[in-house]
Amino acid sequence: MDYLIQQHPILPPRPNEPVEFYWQDQKMVGQNGHTIAAALFANGIRTFGYHSKDHAPMGIFCANGQCSQCTVIADGLPVKACMELLKPGMKIAPVMGRPALPESSDLPPLHKTEYINTSCLIIGGGPAGLSAAIELGKLNIPTLLVDDKHKLGGKLVLQTHRFFGSINACYAGTRGIDIAKRLEDEVRKYPSVQIWCQSTAVAVFADGKVGVLRQGMEYVLVTPKILLVAAGAREKSLVFKGNTLPGVYGAGAFQTLVNRDLVRAAEKLFVVGGGNVGLIASYHALQAGIKVVGLVEALPECGGYKVHKDKLARLGIPIYTSHTVLSANGTDSVEGITIAAINKEWKPISGTEKTFACDTVLIAVGLDPVREFYDKAVQFGLSAFAAGDAEEIAEASAAMFSGKIKGLEIAKHLGQPVGEIPPDWIRTMEILKSRPGQSYGEQLPAEEQGVMPVFHCDQEIPCNPCTSICPLGNIFIDDTDIRKVPEYISKKTGKQCTGCEKCITICPGLAITLVDYRQPGDPLVTIAYEFSQGKHVYRKDDIVTVVDMHGNILGNVPVVQTRITKATDHTVLLKVRAPKEYAKKIAGVLIQNKEVSASLDQYVNRLEDDMIVCRCERVSLQEIKKLIAEGCRDMNQIKAMTRAGMGACGAKTCEVIIQRAFREMGIPSSEVTGFVHRPLFVETSLGTLAGIKEGK
Amino acid sequence: MQKNFDVVIIGSGSIGTPTALFLAQSGLKVLVLEKLPSPGQGSNKAAIGGIRATHSDPAKISLCLQSIDIFSHWQEQYGDHIEWAQGGYSFVAYQPKEERTLKDLLVIQQRYGLNIQWLSKDALLQRIPSLNPNGLLGGTYSPEDGSASPLLACLAFYRHSLRYGAEFHFNEIAQEIQLANGRVAGIRTDKGIYHTPYVINAAGAWAKDIANSIGLDVPVLPDSHEAGITEAVADFLKPMVVDIRPGPNSANFYFYQHCTGQVIFCITPAPAILGTDRRETSTFLPQIATRMVDVMPKLRYLKVRRTWRGLYPMTPDGSPIIGPEPTVPGYIHAEGMCGQGFMLGPGVGKLITRLLQSQLTEKDHETLRILNPNRRTGGKVQEKLA
Repeated sequence: MDYLIQQHPILPPRPNEPVEFYWQDQKMVGQNGHTIAAALFANGIRTFGYHSKDHAPMGIFCANGQCSQCTVIADGLPVKACMELLKPGMKIAPVMGRPALPESSDLPPLHKTEYINTSCLIIGGGPAGLSAAIELGKLNIPTLLVDDKHKLGGKLVLQTHRFFGSINACYAGTRGIDIAKRLEDEVRKYPSVQIWCQSTAVAVFADGKVGVLRQGMEYVLVTPKILLVAAGAREKSLVFKGNTLPGVYGAGAFQTLVNRDLVRAAEKLFVVGGGNVGLIASYHALQAGIKVVGLVEALPECGGYKVHKDKLARLGIPIYTSHTVLSANGTDSVEGITIAAINKEWKPISGTEKTFACDTVLIAVGLDPVREFYDKAVQFGLSAFAAGDAEEIAEASAAMFSGKIKGLEIAKHLGQPVGEIPPDWIRTMEILKSRPGQSYGEQLPAEEQGVMPVFHCDQEIPCNPCTSICPLGNIFIDDTDIRKVPEYISKKTGKQCTGCEKCITICPGLAITLVDYRQPGDPLVTIAYEFSQGKHVYRKDDIVTVVDMHGNILGNVPVVQTRITKATDHTVLLKVRAPKEYAKKIAGVLIQNKEVSASLDQYVNRLEDDMIVCRCERVSLQEIKKLIAEGCRDMNQIKAMTRAGMGACGAKTCEVIIQRAFREMGIPSSEVTGFVHRPLFVETSLGTLAGIKEGK
Repeated sequence: MQKNFDVVIIGSGSIGTPTALFLAQSGLKVLVLEKLPSPGQGSNKAAIGGIRATHSDPAKISLCLQSIDIFSHWQEQYGDHIEWAQGGYSFVAYQPKEERTLKDLLVIQQRYGLNIQWLSKDALLQRIPSLNPNGLLGGTYSPEDGSASPLLACLAFYRHSLRYGAEFHFNEIAQEIQLANGRVAGIRTDKGIYHTPYVINAAGAWAKDIANSIGLDVPVLPDSHEAGITEAVADFLKPMVVDIRPGPNSANFYFYQHCTGQVIFCITPAPAILGTDRRETSTFLPQIATRMVDVMPKLRYLKVRRTWRGLYPMTPDGSPIIGPEPTVPGYIHAEGMCGQGFMLGPGVGKLITRLLQSQLTEKDHETLRILNPNRRTGGKVQEKLA
């Protein structure tokens, strides 16, 4: 149990409920409520099996029930370790090639498939699905919401950070985990909304029925008048040498292990991708006491919110822009990563290679909508809607609005007199969806007297809780477009800041400090800091290294006070005394020293050519590109030749990579025939389909 | 662009690709027209891969024996792995009625020299230990039958056809067969006109349309069957298991473990689902799952990965229509394979090649007589519109 997170600055500790189990006949202790994957990770086991084709090691990849890379044998049966809960005494073994089908001579009773009708079936209980269900619930419309996880909230339950946006529209300033609770509490108020957790939608059929595995053990066919797909997104993958080594996986998968299961999934982490997901996952890693060795981003700037990037840089994480990953190194699991700078043609520049020791490489190179249910429904002529990421990738705040809007549209479709969708909802959703805009550079205040907030937030992003929270109205962002950067307008209001610290506390980017010149001597600077537990706690009289907005070291200064209250909601207000020369510039404190992110003396050139496109069937990029070069333009032919896309996941990961390979080889998408998609979207046992109710 | 061909084949599926290969090998200039983007994208890829000679009709037996010969020697001869495995077929009997039917058939099959025998319950359970023993009466076993990958086989035929100079035009729709002095002279597509003395209709479920362009009414009507494939598990099952008992809304069903470890299964709906609708319905999986776990209880643990529907180009008597059209010299029927195109394909390709080479054997003549388009007196096949 070495890898359980005992203390987390934001998340409450899990109750300690030990469960004994066996891994390859070795007795281990896991936690009640953990998945098998979490239990194995908590025991330091990250390689779950070996592929039948080439004996390549396999482990966690999606942690979301979508692929089957994490398959293990549990009590004789192959199961997805990321979805199956640990049971006392469970005997777990790695998959070595193709698993044996257990013997069975008896046949339990077969039940007839149950048919269920509803006005609206919602697939997915994340921000979009829940928000839609709430609107439908308010109108008393019979609604069934199914979600494959044990808990509602979708990815909100992994988001320990405060949300952007505005307080009124989308709970800005509140942590994602708390938003999930609020949405759940609200949706459960409406009797017309039925909720099935642990229930996976597996297919949409031509006769308008949706196959659902109720509580994982009962196959039912649901006929909705309207289907709303709010199944969220899946993570894009990347092809590089060693890209399927256990330890290379999605940032979302990592957040699941760390923030849902409270497992310290890595010791030393490297992150690929500087979008919000990669930046936030890095931050979550630090909160979990995991060292973040670095982050690479292929573009010259990170695509995520600058405040997220700055926050990481301030904590001491090197961010390598215009860099790419060349290889993940290791034999049975990740032992390091090799990166290189890239030129304008996106090609690695020889001589810039660097290798770092790490045990985990997170892939955070964007998301794709989970579209298969919606696409099938449309193909079959069903009334279907998509909301949230399943429609368009955006922030969870936008997903909530998208869900609300779709809920109302569905009600209208069902003949309810709901009128027009409020235009301000649509505008708010559009604003929340917007990509980060221009950066203006830091504007430090000129005066050095009294007390005032200093904004280290210089990029246009949809966010304004600081303006709502200031009791004096001293912080201004135009209400009609909350994407503007905040302005401090005490001169206009004529009100002097009292130093109430509310703006510092609520800022989701931790990008506001308070500088107090009122006492004689050096000024005091209050910094929002989210490490109240774990490795990086600071106390009064500790000396901390303070940094500017971009992470440049300003100096070492003493902590005067640390304050954490119910109102600050796990955020520590760290007060330091700092020289006047740079007090205003202070934007954060360093927590990770340089040694953590030092590269090895020599770079590792991985020799194996194992750039895998299809993980399920282990098909390499080379094989795919060879066929394209030979003139193959039908992805179904590529599938037939190589088996790419034939695996358990159903081409969920390789499809976009193959499409990318065509583009890279200069073949326009108009010349390429895409994969034909067939059900099931999630594998389902013949016994369940036959009506055996396992476990009941 | 090349405009003159010795022979034009319509369709690059289970019949069209092996036929193209053998014709090209015989030195003919071959063009294959395919309306879909690549080979085998019609019904070939929907086939589950079973290959057997153990039919009851001597024509099909002869064709499939040739096919088995080609499939089983493919890798040593051509180098590609087409996943051929000689696992055999077993028709199982759980009721006296099926036992009688199968045993009666066995007599005919053995008379044609097929290697097929009746296994008692115990002997059958030794071959297929995971069969449900309750009520099992026994079953047939034909060890020389087997399976291969329809996808890989079709693509292998295709690639080797190219090697021998055959041309394939994808995304090109054959629209009209052109006649001159009553015989085939060419073919018009949505992209051009090609001159040829021979047109082979291997358009499967879509064979009727092109035949119509010269007033031939080919009595081929597609119906659809649903199939599925599971996850891969360690080898546990060799033969194709066929259960011919009728079930609710279904006739027979069958399944086998492919050499990749995956179990592939298919059911015959009753009544037949006519038409070309290949969209997946919700009824298939519970229906076949119930029957499969009953015949083999351990299958309950096996996870279904994917399902699909494929088309059987059916003829009124359930036998293919193969051979020259007497009323239109140059038109060659290779139609109505009734869901057995994959196993018949190489045999049909060889037969048509010998036909065009005037090298027909006595057995070929018999096959062509049985499968000839005129076999129903006054039938629609020979009917010609003005």
